[in-house]
Formats: sequence, structure tokens, C-alpha cells
Amino acid sequence: MNIQFRENQEAASPLTVKPAIADCDIHPARTTPTELYPYLAKRWQHHLEIYGVHAYQGMMEGPPYPKAQPNASRRDAYPPEGGPQGSSLAFMQKQLLDPNNVQLGVLNPLNTGQGIRNHELSAALCSAINDWQIDKWTSKDKRLKASIVVGNEDGPSAAAEIRERAGDKNFVQVLLLSRNVEPLGQRRYWPIYQAAEEAGLPVGVHAFGFGGNPITPSGWPSYYIEEMVGHSQCQQSALASLVLEGVFERFPKLKMVMIEAGFGWAPSLCWRLDKAWQRLRSEVPHVKRPPSEYIREQVWWTTQPMEDPESREDLFDVIKWIGWDKLLFATDYPHWDYDEPSRVLPAGVSEANREAFYLGNAKKLYGITA
Amino acid sequence: MASLIAGGIDCDVHPAVPHLTSLLPYLNDYWRDQVTTRGMVDLISQSYPQNSPITARPDWRPETGKPGESLAAMQRHVLDPFQLKHAICNPLYGVQMVFSEDMQAAFCRALNDWLAKEWLDRDARLRGSIVIPTQSIEKAVAEIERCAPDKRFVQVLMLVMGDTPLGKRALWPIYEAAERLELPIGIHAGSAYHNPPTAVGWGSYHIEDYVGQAQAFQTQLTSLIVEGVFAKYPRLKMVMLESGVSWIAPYLWRLHKFWRGVRMETPWVDRAPLEIVRSNIRFSLQPFDAPPEPETLIRLFEHMQSDELVLFSTDYPHWQFDGQDALPEGLSPDLVRKIMIDNPHATYPRLK
Repeated sequence: MNIQFRENQEAASPLTVKPAIADCDIHPARTTPTELYPYLAKRWQHHLEIYGVHAYQGMMEGPPYPKAQPNASRRDAYPPEGGPQGSSLAFMQKQLLDPNNVQLGVLNPLNTGQGIRNHELSAALCSAINDWQIDKWTSKDKRLKASIVVGNEDGPSAAAEIRERAGDKNFVQVLLLSRNVEPLGQRRYWPIYQAAEEAGLPVGVHAFGFGGNPITPSGWPSYYIEEMVGHSQCQQSALASLVLEGVFERFPKLKMVMIEAGFGWAPSLCWRLDKAWQRLRSEVPHVKRPPSEYIREQVWWTTQPMEDPESREDLFDVIKWIGWDKLLFATDYPHWDYDEPSRVLPAGVSEANREAFYLGNAKKLYGITA
Repeated sequence: MASLIAGGIDCDVHPAVPHLTSLLPYLNDYWRDQVTTRGMVDLISQSYPQNSPITARPDWRPETGKPGESLAAMQRHVLDPFQLKHAICNPLYGVQMVFSEDMQAAFCRALNDWLAKEWLDRDARLRGSIVIPTQSIEKAVAEIERCAPDKRFVQVLMLVMGDTPLGKRALWPIYEAAERLELPIGIHAGSAYHNPPTAVGWGSYHIEDYVGQAQAFQTQLTSLIVEGVFAKYPRLKMVMLESGVSWIAPYLWRLHKFWRGVRMETPWVDRAPLEIVRSNIRFSLQPFDAPPEPETLIRLFEHMQSDELVLFSTDYPHWQFDGQDALPEGLSPDLVRKIMIDNPHATYPRLK
């Protein structure tokens, strides 16, 4: 967590050849608030200046739960040329991509057009973000791949955005957030899954977002730590909804990635789903197989923030129950709870599992052959 | 399955109120009149639809009436065959769904009096939980104090999904009273449905509500720990009832990690979350969400790093297991004794 690098360590890193890795959760930022304007119609530029984004939460600026650090990001990640953390490609290359030998970096832009009550504005902003990802990032560094950000509450327009980008090798997945107006299995979101399946793109579900629901089933909690820990509960409920609404049954080639919400909870959720399904399957006849089977076949997990039990054997148990083939290494750069690649996996992992964890699983899932 | 031992404590059984009209003798004239004049219907929560398979084991389901409404059946199904010393009654009647604090207080009072008269008076093995009207903290505390002199009431009962997170300071007078009167707070599965039953909104199905109970318990534990309830009330015990067990260790890894990262936000949390759980939080055994292989189960208990966290329960009449198989395979005789006898006694001072 929040490891600070000293200058001499950075200088020393090119001397050692590190094994190549994939980083499946990188957050690119805008240098200035108006950086998207070239990709937005004049109408929306004016709209933003007068009315703002009108989200499903009350704050005009910033998050309802203040982060622990500015922009929830590392204090050493400000680019020397100015701008917020994560806004400079050159500095990202110097601080993250080069020293860690990142071969594949998946971009997951946050603060996009998602979670906005005006669905037309949502679609326009998402489309702009997608153009911006190509211009500012993926066209300038071939290691980086983008996520198609979609207006999450309007299924048909989201599906249209996916179809427009389908086949463009700059993009490797569709991006949703975990907290929406309804649980993610609901049919308003099915056009997104259908279009993603047709395009052969996984759907990543990143923690965060606001959909107008209290972020616990008992209302709004007090603290940022509750929101942070609560992402794993939100993700569990979203995944349970996906399974129990029959999304995986209806879209059998759909692949989904649970991003930045932990994975230690996955085995117990699967056991609970299976047990409840044995009792209550007459209510959900469209769920034809034990829920854990769909999850085993169609769901992947990014690793950051890494599970951190006292005993590494406990960690290995959980990974074994999920499958070494289902985890995707991620740093969450430039956020404060960044996972440093060399420190994430304890000793005692076979070479094959280590390679799969850091690189192989991601390349296979995202169709990167090089 | 591991062998049961005699003299155990069943920490979660559910006597059912046959109908709202069953509470009429325990209501005053005004509320009796309200119930009848307004044509109020039975308070059955969506958390447990009466005919849902999970609400009653097939061989525990009566031909007529609600599962759990007959003392004779409870004796025949659990008290006798499991050779229990005590069973703690946790009524799940839907009084928490009521919005009016006056009506809720009247119904809770009636429910607690009904439990004492129709159950605790009729079988000396039974113990009770005090159901409280949380729409008014003042009335909730008053109800705890009213019932507490009857030592057969051994805990206070709340639902895992209510109006606010359970750690919120407004609720602390409840915890103060409970600690003072040696009453653990039992937090039971179920929702007042005053908020959507998941943190991502309303699901379509009963099964989603049921699976979601575990996530609700997780967010409540976070709230209770980070708000500082156990720093303020160090002797207070809380028991998570029908919460599931297999999520505890990975949940705590995550809470611990974030506590280390942002503890400056809640500096009064002066012990690691796992330590707080070890000293103040317990969990009922059923439902035990885990695969049947003993080696997995043993590892799950090792992940918890404590043999004191789990308390025996059948969750009668809910359908969590068949036959006498309340204890999962692979538990050692020592652990069985702790779960069935030692841990419940260490948790509930009033069982002495």
C-alpha cells in the first residue's frame, strides 16, 4: 500500500530485467477539466458549464466520501510538468510501465460519463472519453489498451457505443462500475452484455459509482473506510444479481472481470449461492446450473487491493478455490492503495502459476497474442 | 457428520407468532382497536415468505399454520432430539417493518410479553430475545429496561438491515443499556425493507435477498467496528445470527488492510479489527456456507484463527440441514464442545 519510491530505486531499475507483467487496472486522468472538449459537441460543453454533470449523488464536485489523499492517488505520482496524478503518459511510462516491464496495461478511466442522471449527456461524455483514450494514450504507447466506457443506465445507447468500437484493437474490454441504479443483472443492462458478447469483449466491472442507492443495505455509512471495504459487498451483490437473473446463462460466451473489489470473498459467495440455489431454484428456473459453475467459467478477478492474510497458506487456499487461471494482476496506478508488483505474491508459488497470475491470464482473456 | 453432545445451547430458534391477532391480548385497548378497526393484516416479512423452502425444513413444516408456531413441535423437532440445555428464541415477526414508533413500540411490547407467556413459561429450557422498536431509540431502551428484570431474556434482538448502519452513534444508548444489563445484542438476518436489500438496489428475487444477508452482515460489522462501538462499550457482545460463517476470514483480511491504510480517519479504533471480533463478536453456526469436504471446512476454521467465534444453532425451523446433521463434517470433539457449550456460555452471561 502506498509505497513511496526513492529516486535511487527508480534509477537502479533499468539495470535489472524484470519479468514482463500485465497491469489490468490503470487509471488515466485528464490534465485539465476541459481536455474532453475537442470530443464534445458545443451543446454539451455549454451544458457542463451551466449545470455540471448532475450525478446520482449530491456533490457538484468531488466524491461524497472524501478520499484519504488528493484524488485518492499517490503523492509521488504528480507529473513533473503539472496536472493531476495519472495525467501524463511520459510520467506513467517512467514511473509505472518501464520500471515494471508492463507489457499490457489496461486503462480504466473513472469520472467519465457514468452515473449521470441525464442519459444523453452520459452517452456523449462516454464517447468522448473513448476517443480521448485513443488520442492521448493507446495511439502513443502500444502497451496500453483502452476500455470502452458506456452510458451505463441506457442499454441501447451503450450497446451502440460498443458496436461502434467493436473490432478496434485499441479497446480490449467494456467498462462498467459496480454501483448503478439497479443491480447489474437487471434487464436494462442486457443490451450491454449482448453487444459485448457479440464483439468478443469482456465486460469489466470496476468498484465505485453511484446509482442513487444507499451504499449499504442499511443506509448511508459515515466513513470513507466503510465505502472502501464496502466495495467488496457491492461487488458480491452485483455478481449475485448477474448470476441469478440468468445473464451468464443467456450470454454463455460473455466474460466478466471483477475489478478492484477483492477476490477473497468469491469462494464463500459461491458456496452460499449454490446452497441457496439448491433450496430455491424453483424461483429462478432460468438459472439451470449451480451458480458457482457460471462464475468458475465466466468470471475473472483483478488482484489489487491484494488479499493480505497473515498466513500465505490462507491466501493460497483461496486462490486454489477460485483457480490460478482466473486472477489478473493489477496495480491500480496511480491510486494510493497501489500494489507493487514485486511484493504482491509471497514465495512458494510455482513458476507456471506466477506467470499466469502476472501476465498469461490477462493476455489470454484480452486476446493479446504478442 | 460430527457427533452432537448433550447439554448444548441452540442460539437461534424461531417461534412464530400465529397471526397479528395472537398479540391482541397483549395490546392495550387503543392498539387492539387500531388493529381491528383498520383491518391490519399479519406482519409477515418478505425475508421469510411462509411457503419458501428456506423458511421451513420439509419434515418440520406443519400441515396447517406457520412453521415454528407450535411449542410441541419445537420440542419434538429440536429441544428433545438435540438434547439441548437451552434454546434461545429469536422471534422474526415483522414488527421492524412498521414506520410509526408508537405502533412499533406497542407491537414489540406485545411480542415480548407473548414470548414470555406462551413460550418461556411453558418450557424451562427456552430463553428469549428482547425485540426492540428501533424507530425510537428512547422507546427501544425503555423496552430493554422493562424486559431485563426477567432473567430468561438473555439478549436484545435487532435486524441486520434496518434504517441506518448499526454503528451510528444515535443507536448507542441501546448498546449502553445492553452492556449495563449483561445482554448481548443479537443481530439477525432480515430486513425492515426501509432501504433496498442490497447496496446496489432492489433485486428481482427472494433468493437474492437471502444470499444478500451475508453482505449486509459484512457492512454492519464494518460500521460497528469503525464507529467505535467496542471502544466505547468494551464488554458488549454482539452475535451475528443466521449470518453465514465462511466469509468471516476473507472479510477481515480486507477490513484489516484498509484499517491499516486509513486508520487516521477513525483514530478511536485502537485495536485491529480481528482482535475486536475475537473479543466482542460471535456468529451462529447455521447456515454454514461451505462445501461438504472436511478438509475445506478445517481450513476455513483455521483461517478464522479462533475456536471461540462460533455458537451452535439449528436455525429451527429454517431449512439449513437435514436429519441431525447440524454440525458440519470434520469438527474435532474439542471444537464441538466449544461450539455447543463453552462458547455460548461465555457469550450469554444470563445462561448461568
